[in-house]
Amino acid sequence: MSAVTYLEAIRQALWEEMERDERVFLLGEDVGHYGGAFRVTAGMLDRFGPQRIIDTPISESAIVGAAIGASLLGMRPVVEMQFIDFIANAWNQIVNFAGPHHYRLGQAVPIVIRGPSGGNVHGSVFHSQNPEGYFQHTPGLKIVAPATAADAKGLLTAAIRDPNPVLYFEHKYLYRRIKEELPAGDYVVPIGQARLAREGRDLSVITWGAMLHVALEAASRLEADGISLEVLDLRTLKPLDQEAILATVKKTSRVIVLSEEAQTGSVAGEVAARIAEHAFPWLDGPVQRLCCPDTPVPFSPPLEEAYLPNVDKLLAKVRELASY
Amino acid sequence: MAKLSKNWGPLHPAPPPPESERLAKTSLDRAAQLALYRYMQLTRMVEDRLGNLYRQNQVVGGLYSSRGQEACAVGSAYALSPQDYVGPLIRNLGTMMVRGILPSEFMMQYMARGGSPTGGKDANTHFGDLSRGVVAPISMLGALIPVMAGVALGARMQGRDSVALTYIGDGGTSTGDFHEGLNLAAVLSLPLVLIVENNGYAYSTPTSRQMRIQDIAIRAAGYGIPGEIVDGNDVLAVYEATRRAVERARGGAGPSLLEAKTFRMKGHAEHDDAGYVPRELFEEWRKKDPIDRFERHLLGGALATREELDAIVRSLDAMLNEEVDRALASPLPPPERAFEGVYA
Repeated sequence: MSAVTYLEAIRQALWEEMERDERVFLLGEDVGHYGGAFRVTAGMLDRFGPQRIIDTPISESAIVGAAIGASLLGMRPVVEMQFIDFIANAWNQIVNFAGPHHYRLGQAVPIVIRGPSGGNVHGSVFHSQNPEGYFQHTPGLKIVAPATAADAKGLLTAAIRDPNPVLYFEHKYLYRRIKEELPAGDYVVPIGQARLAREGRDLSVITWGAMLHVALEAASRLEADGISLEVLDLRTLKPLDQEAILATVKKTSRVIVLSEEAQTGSVAGEVAARIAEHAFPWLDGPVQRLCCPDTPVPFSPPLEEAYLPNVDKLLAKVRELASY
Repeated sequence: MAKLSKNWGPLHPAPPPPESERLAKTSLDRAAQLALYRYMQLTRMVEDRLGNLYRQNQVVGGLYSSRGQEACAVGSAYALSPQDYVGPLIRNLGTMMVRGILPSEFMMQYMARGGSPTGGKDANTHFGDLSRGVVAPISMLGALIPVMAGVALGARMQGRDSVALTYIGDGGTSTGDFHEGLNLAAVLSLPLVLIVENNGYAYSTPTSRQMRIQDIAIRAAGYGIPGEIVDGNDVLAVYEATRRAVERARGGAGPSLLEAKTFRMKGHAEHDDAGYVPRELFEEWRKKDPIDRFERHLLGGALATREELDAIVRSLDAMLNEEVDRALASPLPPPERAFEGVYA
C-alpha cells in the first residue's frame, strides 16, 4: 500500500461505491469528459460510461433537483459542485425539497452533494467559501467535512450509503497537500462521530477541515512551551457529536472553536452555544472562537492571509485563554 | 423627471377564442369517456365538499380550487400508464384522483388530521405516493420540474419504461427552475412531459406581467423540443395531446411542452374573491366550462343519456358522504409527532 492524497481518497470512495452499487451515479458540470475541474472524477467516464457519469448544463438547481428525483426511485446520485460556492444556486432544492422531504412524507432522499470548499488558494470571493453555516439550520440535512485522506474516503463512503441528503464539504487546500495510507478494504467512517486528533491536558481546540492542520501545528509548537493542546476534529457538522464536544471541554476546561467560516451564524457559534449550555460549570474561561471576520473572502494574498485563521493567530488565542 | 411610458402592455388576458362546440377527435371508447366524465365530476365534487368543510371551519389554513381546470388535470393524467410518474401542483387534484388518491386523503390533509398522508405534517395537496406514481410538490413553483426530470432519469437508468409528467402554471414559467429543468431534460433527452396550465393569472398577476408572449408553447423551440397549444377546457384534446407527448417520451424522443389554455374560475385561494379579474372574463369562460362542454359532447353524440350521467353523480355523492365521515373521524395528530421523522 502506498500513501494516497486527499483528492485520490475521494476518487477511491466514488469509484469503489460505483463498483459496489449500480444505483450510484455522478452528475455535475465537466465531471465526465474533462474529469472534473480538480480531476476528482478523472477516468470515471471511461470505466462507468456516460449513463452513470453525467455531464450537465450549468444548472446547479436542476442538477440537485434531478438528483432528488432519481433518489426518490431508489438511485444514489452524487452531485459535484464545481466549487462549493455555487451550491447557493441550488439553495431552494436543498433546503425546501431535499431537507424537509422525509419529515413531510416519510420518503428517503439519499443524495450526496460534494464539492471543493475553503480558501487559502487565492480563489477570491466566489471560489473560497465555507457554506456549512448556511445549511446547519436546515432540518433533514447531514453535513460532513473531512480533514484527512482517510476520513475523506470513509466519510464519502458513509455519505453515499446514508439514506439522507448529505452535504460533503471537501477542502480544496488539502486536495494534493496531504496524503496517507488508507485502511484496507471497505472503509466507512460513521457520520456523527468526531475524532480525537490529538490528546492533551490544558486546552481544547475543536475544529474541522483544513483548520485541523493549523490546530495540530499549533499543538506541536506549544509542546515546547509546556502547553498541552487537545484537538478534536468534528468531521461531521450536522448532526454534531455533542458527547465528544462536551467530553473534551470537561477534560481541559478551556476551549477554542477554530473555524474557517465567517464568524456570525457559523457552526462554530452553535458549538460554542452547546458548550455554554451544557458544560458551563466545567469552564475555567470563556468559550473562544477563532473564525474569519464577517467579510467576503478577499482575493489578494496579504488580504486573504489577514482574513484566514492561521497558526500564529491560534497561538495568540491559546496563550490568551491559557492565562485567563 | 422624464415621464414614464404608459405602454406597459395589456393588463388582462384576452377572452377565450370563439370556437366550435365540437371537442377534439379521440380514440377513446365510450367507457373511457365516461371514466373521464366521472373523474372530472369527482374532482369538482370533492372540491365542493372541501368548500363546505372550509365554511364549517374544519379546514386549517387555505383552500385551493381547480374549478374550471378539471379537464387539464384529468385529461393529462388519464394518458399515463401505471408505471408512469406524475408531479401534480395545487390545482391538480384531478390528476391525483386519476392515480387513485382517495377523497378522504385530501380532506384529512386540508383538515390537518393525524390520519392524513403526511400525518398532519404538511397541508392540502402537498403529498404523494410513489407506489401510485405520485411525487409530492413543494410550494416553490418550478422546483418540481428538475425533480421530475430526475425521476425520468432514474427510471431510465433502471431500465424502466416510465414517463414523468408534471405541471406548471403561467406564473411558474417565470422561474429559473422552469428553464433549468426543461433544458436539462432536453439535453439528456429524458422522458418528461411538461404541461403548462395557462389559466390567466398567477395569484393576482395576469400573464401579461409574466411574459411578453401570447403563447407559452413557443418557448419549447428554445429547448429544441416539441411545443403544442391545446384547448385546456376540452378534456379530449388534453388527453390526446398528452398521449402523443407520452408516446414520444416513451419512444425515446425526449421531452415535450404542452400549453393548455384554460382559466382559473376562482381566486388564488378561498379567501381571495378575485376582484382583480374583469367579470366579463368569467362570463366568457363559464360558457366553456369543461364539465358542461363534455356533458354536451356525451349527450349530443349519444354516448350517454342524462339518466346515466345523473347516476354517476349520485353514486359519487354517496361515496363522498362516506369519505367525509371517514376524514372527520380522524383525530388531530399527537403533539409528539412534531419531533419525529426528520431523518430516514
